[in-house]
This record gives sequence, C-alpha cells and structure tokens, in this order.
Amino acid sequence: MKICVCVKPVPDTAVSIKLSGVAGFEDSEMKLVPNPYDEYGLEEAVSLVEKQGGEVVAVTVGKASAEATLRGVLAMGAARAILVKTDAQFLDSELTAKALKAVMEQDGLPDMIFTGKGSVDTESFQTQYRLAKSLGLPIVNEVSKLTLDNGKAVAERETGGGEKQVIEMGLPCVIGATKGLNEPRYPKFPDIMKAKKKEIRQMDLSIFGIDPSKGRVRVEKLEIVPERSGAKMLSGSVDEQVTELVRVLKEDEKVL
Amino acid sequence: MAGTGILIEIENNMVKEASLGVMTAAKGQEKYALVLGQEASSVKEKLGEYGAAHILHITAPGNLSANPDLQALAVADAVKEYQLDTLLGTASAMGKDMFARIAAILEEPLVSDCVAVNIKDRTVKKSHFSGKTFATLKINCSCLLCTLRPNSTEPEPSPTACDIIEFEARVADPGLIKIVETRKAGGARLDLTEAPIVITGGRAIKSAENYKMLEACAQKIGAAVGASRAAVDAGYAPHSMQVGQTGKTVSPKLYIACGVSGAVQHFAGMKTSKVIVAINEDKDAPIFSKCDYGIIGDIFKIIPALTEKL
Ligand SMILES: Cc1cc2nc3c(=O)[nH]c(=O)nc-3n(C[C@H](O)[C@H](O)[C@H](O)COP(=O)(O)OP(=O)(O)OC[C@H]3O[C@@H](n4cnc5c(N)ncnc54)[C@H](O)[C@@H]3O)c2cc1C
Ligand SMILES: Nc1ncnc2c1ncn2[C@@H]1O[C@H](COP(=O)(O)O)[C@@H](O)[C@H]1O
Repeated sequence: MKICVCVKPVPDTAVSIKLSGVAGFEDSEMKLVPNPYDEYGLEEAVSLVEKQGGEVVAVTVGKASAEATLRGVLAMGAARAILVKTDAQFLDSELTAKALKAVMEQDGLPDMIFTGKGSVDTESFQTQYRLAKSLGLPIVNEVSKLTLDNGKAVAERETGGGEKQVIEMGLPCVIGATKGLNEPRYPKFPDIMKAKKKEIRQMDLSIFGIDPSKGRVRVEKLEIVPERSGAKMLSGSVDEQVTELVRVLKEDEKVL
Repeated sequence: MAGTGILIEIENNMVKEASLGVMTAAKGQEKYALVLGQEASSVKEKLGEYGAAHILHITAPGNLSANPDLQALAVADAVKEYQLDTLLGTASAMGKDMFARIAAILEEPLVSDCVAVNIKDRTVKKSHFSGKTFATLKINCSCLLCTLRPNSTEPEPSPTACDIIEFEARVADPGLIKIVETRKAGGARLDLTEAPIVITGGRAIKSAENYKMLEACAQKIGAAVGASRAAVDAGYAPHSMQVGQTGKTVSPKLYIACGVSGAVQHFAGMKTSKVIVAINEDKDAPIFSKCDYGIIGDIFKIIPALTEKL
C-alpha cells in the first residue's frame, strides 16, 4: 500500500508574526514546523504501513527551507519525501492542489492520501477537497477515527454540537485528519539519524507549468490583530464583583 | 447584477441564527435563500423578514441528506441555473464541508471562515495564522464563494416580499461517499462555534462532574460550554468541547474563561470574541493581560454567585 501524506510547512503557532510590506510577513529566519493536523495524518499513514506493509511518501509544496521541516517528517516514519519548491509566500489552494495532483501523478498514484483538516497559517480548509475532486476520489474531512475494511474506509467525523457522522467510501480516498485520530509519535534519536539518509526529491513548481502569480486569490493586506490590553479588573467581595460584572455586560457592553 | 445565494442552515424547522447573520451580511443584494431538501414553507416568513427576495427550494431525485456529494452537486447546479454570482454560507462544520465540495465542483475560489465580505469589490477579510493576523483577500472569480464566521454579523431584519421557487437539481452522479450513521450527542447541545455566548472551564475545573456548575450558568443565558486542552487531556471534557488551535474556533459576543491560564494556543480559538471575561485566582495569570474584564477569585465561589445573579 502506498500512502501519500500532504504536509504543509507552517510557522509554529507559538511564534509571533512580524509583517513585511503590506501583504507579507517576515519569514527569512522563521523555523517552519509541519502543520499540526498533518501530523495526525502522517501518524495514521505510518501506523497503517507498519501493520500492512507499504510506503509512506510525504509531499510538500513550499519554500526551499521546508527541507528542514521534511527531515522531521521523515524521522516520524515517512520513507521518503518530495518537495515542490516555490518562492511564493502565499500560494492559493487551487494552485496548491494542482501541484499536489501533478506530483502524485508523476510519482505514481497512491492507494490513500492523508491531509490535515486545514492549515493553521492560511486556514483555507479546502486544498484536500480540490485534490480529491481533481483525482476523482472520495474525501472526508475532520476525521477523528478511521478503519479500513475490505477495500473500504469507514471514517468518523464530528459535525458540531457533539454530533458524529460515520461515513463510508471506497479506496483510494482522501482523509483530512484531525485531533483524536491518534497521538503523533515523538521521534527517537535513532529515527532522527535514519531520517538524515532518507531521500527528499526536490523539483521546481514551474516544471508543472504552475505560476504562483496566476492565483485567483490574492493577499491584498495583512494586519496584526491587536492584543487586548488594560483589562478592567473588578474588585470587592464576590457579591460586588459579580454584580458589577452583570451590570457592565448588560449596560456597557450590551452582550447579555 | 446577478443574485446572491445564501445557503440556509435549518434545525428543528427553524432557520439558524448564524444564517440570518449571513443574510444580513448580503445587504443590498437580490437575495436567493437556498433551502436544501427540507420543507421550505415553514421558513418562508423568517427568510422574508431578513430580506430574501426568493427562496430557492432545492430537491433532487435521490436522498440528499445522506450524501454531502449529492448536496454539493445540487447546490452547484442551482448556482449555475440561476447564474448566482455570489454564494455565502455559515462557517459551521457542515457549511465548511459543503462549500469546499461546491467550490471544487464549480472550480471557483473559496474563502472559508471570513469575518467580513464586500460582495461588490470581491474582497473578504479573514483570520490568518490562528487569529494573529487578519488578511484582506481579493478574489478573481465568476462566483464568489465564502463562508462567514458565526456571530461576525449581527442579524438585522429587512423585510422583503418573498416567493418560493421550486428547483429540481440534475444530479445523476451517485456520489463517492455515504453517511451510514449519524450519532446525536446526548441532549440538544448548543453548537459551540455558533453560540452567542461561550463559558469555558480550564484545568481548574478539576473534574467532569464540575462542568455541571458551568452548564447551570450557561443554561440561564443561552451559552454553550467549552473546555481548554488541559481540561480535555485530563479527561474532564470530550474533545468536541475543546476551544483553541487544535480544537474549535469560536467568536461569540461574550466569552467567559473560568480557570484558564490564557495560552496562545487557547487564544487562537477565541481571540475574535467581542468581549472576553476571565476569572482566575492567580492575579498574574497571562489571561488577565489579554482580556476585557477580569475577576481575581475562585471559580467555585464566583460562578455559583454569577449564576444566581443572571
Ligand atoms: C501544538 C499545541 C496545540 C495546543 N492546542 C490547544 C488548544 O486547542 N486549546 C487549548 O486550550 N490549549 C491548547 N494547547 C495547550 C496550551 O498551551 C495550554 O497548555 C492549555 O491551554 C492550558 O489549559 P488551562 O489554561 O486550562 O490550564 P493551566 O494552564 O493549567 O491553567 C489553569 C489556570 O486555572 C487557574 N486556577 C486554578 N484553580 C482555580 C480556581 N479554583 N479558581 C480560579 N482559577 C483557578 C490557575 O491559576 C491557572 O491559571 C496546545 C498546545 C500545543 C503545544
Ligand atoms: N503547500 C502545501 N503542501 C502540502 N500540503 C498542503 C499544502 N497546502 C495545504 N496542504 C494540505 O491540505 C490541507 C488543508 O490545507 P488548507 O486548505 O490550506 O487549509 C493541509 O492540512 C495539508 O495537508
């Protein structure tokens, strides 16, 4: 079984973002980590292959610096990785999906594809659907439980208010992973050493005839969301504090 | 100018509050309220009150409800048939999934979870980097597809004469996935992401049992109850209640954090709330430097007293 895992390199969510120009951010020194949801997909793929045999291939569209991120992905158990390089800081989901499709076709189509439920940088929530559609494959997103049975995949997803759907589909399929699916492993020293020797095949986005500037979604402006400051602290006895809280919420803020 | 479609979400024969917010965000447009499968007459009055010129009642030969693929094909067919140049919906779990499928079928750009949309300029505003920045995006498209974050636009009535158009979609495709089971959560729980008020209990809540204290408070003000990751990891609450980077993104009018320290990953999921209140016994808790109102105190004393006053 060959499984492709789409991994997007993203800034660590604990790091603060510094703007550069009107629509960009400072990324020259920024360490990129695998999108956290993609790690659930990766873990699922690796443990499936450990059980059934096969190969896990990580696929990334990103800057050349993503190579370092991919070493970590290889340490987590992918057999090899493919990096489609672009200098663009923002590549829209249509073009990203097109590139992912092209590279998978070139490498040999997999029996399964894992992605994250969404990326934590652009929060687009759609690349996996476009990829699935273009390959004619079924897709279920936000999957927190997965079982494979007789060439069928059964996925569980949450739909809000704690409601769950159980969805059936044939293989190959695309699964958008989320928390709950598994606990991604923490690579041990020997895994990190082994990862250094694994292959990261690199190529340029342009070989697929994709031009980042032709994207139909363009970032016009990026602005920092101001942090709140100067909270009003409510003082006095418990009774005084809650009385004042209810008053401000009703009268000043009008949210009750 | 062609029409603007709004994909309406209905629960228990009622239009969801969030859908009314989306209707309001499409002010000034000729609005088509898209109603899938369901009985359309029961929601006609409400949708007319919020400015729908037409209700597009979409049906199809197969059973639409069991198949998100078919639903998406049916909506895409309606968009083409009525030449809608904009399609808006709610960034709920269902809405996000449906719009991604529709966008892939129509081969049009999509922006998910917007906080504002300018239909005429084809620009939208949305969070990038887990709530740390807002991006203004310019979309080059024939049909503008976007889902709006619940509570981002306050619903405002603008009554219009409203008719019902019956539309039978042509969906020959059997769809590639099939819902084989839907499991309801115990009781009719308010969806966290759509609730106007959210009360969250952090690690300080100490047990699953103690969430009842928050639920009692929530019930009085129509709030949903959330949890921090520390509380979820400790087994006090299910993952479906987690707010934050690896949980749900909420944006209510009022967010009350009880015994939550205020980690960045928690803020990633609630930062765009309108008013944030923090209750914490530690005067140096980071959350106090990032909220609007703070109470230094024991949640086991403050919450019952607050519930009493509401
Ligand atoms: C990749 C990654 C993803 C993450 N995703 C998320 C996420 O989605 N959501 C999330 O929440 N976290 C997430 N986290 C974890 C986050 O960093 C914090 O560890 C977590 O939010 C802490 O939860 P907490 O505030 O409940 O617990 P703590 O940090 O332990 O805080 C408990 C607070 O309660 C106060 N307290 C204790 N007793 C009382 C009392 N009786 N009355 C009043 N106050 C009291 C304490 O003073 C303290 O401030 C993530 C972390 C990582 C690394
Ligand atoms: N540049 C990329 N390289 C590899 N995978 C990606 C890329 N962008 C998105 N993906 C995959 O698609 C999922 C959804 O991304 P998004 O549509 O950006 O929210 C991610 O979790 C990844 O698995």
